[in-house]
Amino acid sequence: MAATPLLELRGVDKSFGPVQVLHDVGLSVYPGEVTALVGDNGAGKSTMVKCISGIYSIDSGTVTFDGREVAIHSPRDASALGIEIVYQDLALCDNLDIVQNMFLGREKTKGIVLDEPTMEQMAGDTLASLSVRTVKSLRQLVASLSGGQRQTVAIAKAVLWNSRVVILDEPTAALGVAQTAQVLELVRRLADNGLGVVLISHNMNDVFAVSDRIVALYLGRTAAQVKTTDVTHSQIVELITAGRSGNLGLPPEKPTDFVDITPGDDQ
Amino acid sequence: MSTETITTAGGVRVAKPTVASYLHDYWGRVRGGDIGGLPAILGLIVLCLIFGIARDTFFSAVNFANLFSQGAQVIFIAMGLVFVLLLGEIDLSAGYASGVCGAAMAILLTNHGWPWYGAIFVALVTGLVIGFILGFLVSKVGIPSFVVTLAAFLAFQGILLVLLGGGTNVSIRDKFVLALANNNMPVWLSWVLGIVAVAGYGLVSLVQRRNRAARGLVTQPIGIVGAKIAGLAVLILVAVAILTQERSINPIIISVKGVPIVAPIIAVFLIIWTFVLGKTTYGRHVYAVGGNTEAARRAGIPVDRIRISVFVIGSFMASIGGIIAVSRANSVDPNTGGSNILLYSVGAAVIGGTSLFGGKGKVINAVVGGAVIAVIDNGMGLMGFSSGTKFIVTGLILLIAASVDALSRRRAAATGNR
Repeated sequence: MAATPLLELRGVDKSFGPVQVLHDVGLSVYPGEVTALVGDNGAGKSTMVKCISGIYSIDSGTVTFDGREVAIHSPRDASALGIEIVYQDLALCDNLDIVQNMFLGREKTKGIVLDEPTMEQMAGDTLASLSVRTVKSLRQLVASLSGGQRQTVAIAKAVLWNSRVVILDEPTAALGVAQTAQVLELVRRLADNGLGVVLISHNMNDVFAVSDRIVALYLGRTAAQVKTTDVTHSQIVELITAGRSGNLGLPPEKPTDFVDITPGDDQ
Repeated sequence: MSTETITTAGGVRVAKPTVASYLHDYWGRVRGGDIGGLPAILGLIVLCLIFGIARDTFFSAVNFANLFSQGAQVIFIAMGLVFVLLLGEIDLSAGYASGVCGAAMAILLTNHGWPWYGAIFVALVTGLVIGFILGFLVSKVGIPSFVVTLAAFLAFQGILLVLLGGGTNVSIRDKFVLALANNNMPVWLSWVLGIVAVAGYGLVSLVQRRNRAARGLVTQPIGIVGAKIAGLAVLILVAVAILTQERSINPIIISVKGVPIVAPIIAVFLIIWTFVLGKTTYGRHVYAVGGNTEAARRAGIPVDRIRISVFVIGSFMASIGGIIAVSRANSVDPNTGGSNILLYSVGAAVIGGTSLFGGKGKVINAVVGGAVIAVIDNGMGLMGFSSGTKFIVTGLILLIAASVDALSRRRAAATGNR
């Protein structure tokens, strides 16, 4: 277990006009671990991800990456740091093949000519490092892939660039049972390869199957950051729906003045 | 089917393709709705057979040569339209844009005594400017391309009338410009260019195959590569052989033989644009924007600039079509680029296999589709049908092509090959 987080948000606030969406939220992502980000609709998960990816800028608070405090103002800043986000709608072009999609917007060239052999080789290496064996050909159109395979391509696209933190937005939402298992296995493998993985999910089974830590958001606040092994299924559901569960979560009286409780740590 | 496998890129094991499995895969893609230009090529063969049987003159060398100059303007405009259609946009003004560019050239040549290079340069720049304005209005202002280019269609018709002083006819006498659509290359040059084209294609295919093999990547079976090269060689060399025959009715007075000059011009643009679309980052981005604009935007592709650029290419190619049209007619009149030219051009691109829904198409589609249109026009003319009947038949064929496009998309969606 790594001691220092790779990516850490502390005391982040974000408002849209008069509406404050994030109140003093925190998030720690450790290398080699899967951190699940859970919360009900409107809890602020998407806003938080957009703050990390640089689509929104934060109002106050700090973002630390690899021990250094950083400012992320645009998606380009995020990818320069090695933060990649796989959105729910995947953003793949159906009319292009797997290699073309993985390199979209960052094509390798030799002079003015696309360097297809290098790209194909790199794409193959990346897929192989993720132990993906399910695609028939790297030159298959993405249109002909199944939902799970598309998710795999989108994830492979994110890790192609020596990224260090990969954020997955509901990767299993549209998948069947077998494909969900495949994708979860892939998520686990990303972490085993040393990346910090953030998994946003509504599905408690998925969360408990792969995550090392769970961060629960409740109405724009961090209700709890806990280790998965220390909590039960129903405690997390309570954290999501009520913001607290037993001695975990936000104090009932003063919801703004909460404490980070990580069982096992003396904080 | 061969069970031999090779390990490619990063240890992904795949079946080594054989000639049989390659053909099987191709047939699978066709059945899955990825038909490309196949219907147009089959259609072209069928049409040629029908007209050839009905009229002996259809297969004569004279008529074969005529097809090139008859189809050239439509082919050039259609090549540009392929880019516009790839983004799912449309350019209805391309026909009259070619007329305006042609008129600009003719007026400078005849009324102002400019040299041919100056006049052609101005015509090409006119095309670029027109394309930029159209693209700007579509991408930055956000007007649907259908409306922008419909307005431009009307306006350019007016500009053409104004330029020509209300309907006069400006004829040109410049030898260079006249030669473009009317003259032929010497016999020796025809053969040299034909052989260079075949050799170049063969060399590029083989070098590419060897580079991939050296990296341990999957390659096309050598049988398929060889067959493609041989096929192209037969096609080009037979065409050159026919076109280098004497076509003059009275060879003692004037000798007419050689490949029409317009053929290599078409070939050069075909090669350039095929290269741009298939081998450059720009081309890849055009396909990406046509396939999924949002994905392209998130990948950091400047979507607006790509959108402007396809209109620029579209109108630029229209200007070349205009120059060729003026050259062929020896003059420009208010109807140059008007009447059926635009619809024939859109038809050529679509008949050739470019999708109206964006994201799918190649420049070669414009050439094959343009050939289909030229053959229909020419063949039905030989058979003595009126232009009314020609329009009806061309309209029906365009409708069939659009249905094939739409149905193949449904087929593709049904087979999960969207």
